[in-house]
Amino acid sequence: MTKAILGTKVGMTQVFDDTGQVIPVTVIEAGPCLVVQKKTKESDGYNAVQLGFKSIGVNKLNKPSQGHLAKAELKPLRYLQECRVEDPTLYEPGQEIKVDVFAAGDWVDVTGISKGKGFAGVIKRHGMHRGPMKHGSHYHRGAGSLGAKGVARVFRGRKLPGRHGGKCTTIQKLLVVKVDPERNLLLVKGAVPGPKRSLVTVKSSVKA
Amino acid sequence: MDLLKSVETEYLRKDIPDFRPGDKVRVHVKVVEGNRERIQLFEGTVIKRRGSGLNETFTVRRVSYGVGVERCFPVHTPRVEKIEVLRKGRVRRAKLYYLRKLSGKASRIRERV
Repeated sequence: MTKAILGTKVGMTQVFDDTGQVIPVTVIEAGPCLVVQKKTKESDGYNAVQLGFKSIGVNKLNKPSQGHLAKAELKPLRYLQECRVEDPTLYEPGQEIKVDVFAAGDWVDVTGISKGKGFAGVIKRHGMHRGPMKHGSHYHRGAGSLGAKGVARVFRGRKLPGRHGGKCTTIQKLLVVKVDPERNLLLVKGAVPGPKRSLVTVKSSVKA
Repeated sequence: MDLLKSVETEYLRKDIPDFRPGDKVRVHVKVVEGNRERIQLFEGTVIKRRGSGLNETFTVRRVSYGVGVERCFPVHTPRVEKIEVLRKGRVRRAKLYYLRKLSGKASRIRERV
């Protein structure tokens, strides 16, 4: 069964496992989320649930959003996000999803919006190699050749400088190190996309 | 930020003695040999402490059979059974890298009172 929860990234730290090994972890303050809407194959063409997270003041929401939440008899929520599930009948609007759906040892995929890097060159953006910086070299961090001479154009998809980061990114198969249901905390091994305090979606991994 | 701290406090050890660079310590390290665990001692001078919170580590230097050996331990690691402070040293620096170049009498450290 697909499990999903919304949360905010708190930051990274490290913890010790049973053998005393240091594990780098990202702390995610996940949930409690509320089921706002159910989408079924019959009515919407696909099975999904819409999750809401973090309550806010009524004035922060526009009328359509307020109405949408009122339909599920819920208080105003800052974030709404959909998650595909196999069987939406298991969920009811208004149902609370807490962090204890996950347990230590689970594999999860974490989705978030990565940190924006602005207009970045090919080395940072595509991991290309650098040229020599010294010994008379004038080729430092450029992209190099853009293609053959015979076809007098640049092919589509050529890796070039441009906007980097600030995109929706998923990191797959991260290990859940610890779950703290009391403080709604999820400790996931490794890094997750985005800056601190940003919204992240934690789902059970597609690779597990 | 406080949430991060609260996660860390669970792992922080409270039985760590107060020690500084320049102090001579004996570290009781748990080592696993096959499926048996035993305690190994590592005695030497603390030449640095770095990091804060759970991330803090310290480096112990000793000269064994003429070869300088430095071992770095996380302060709060459960692999360390115990840290004994044998002698308090008076030093004027936080990082005692200069000890690497010294040997014998020159590498002595004055006692702190």
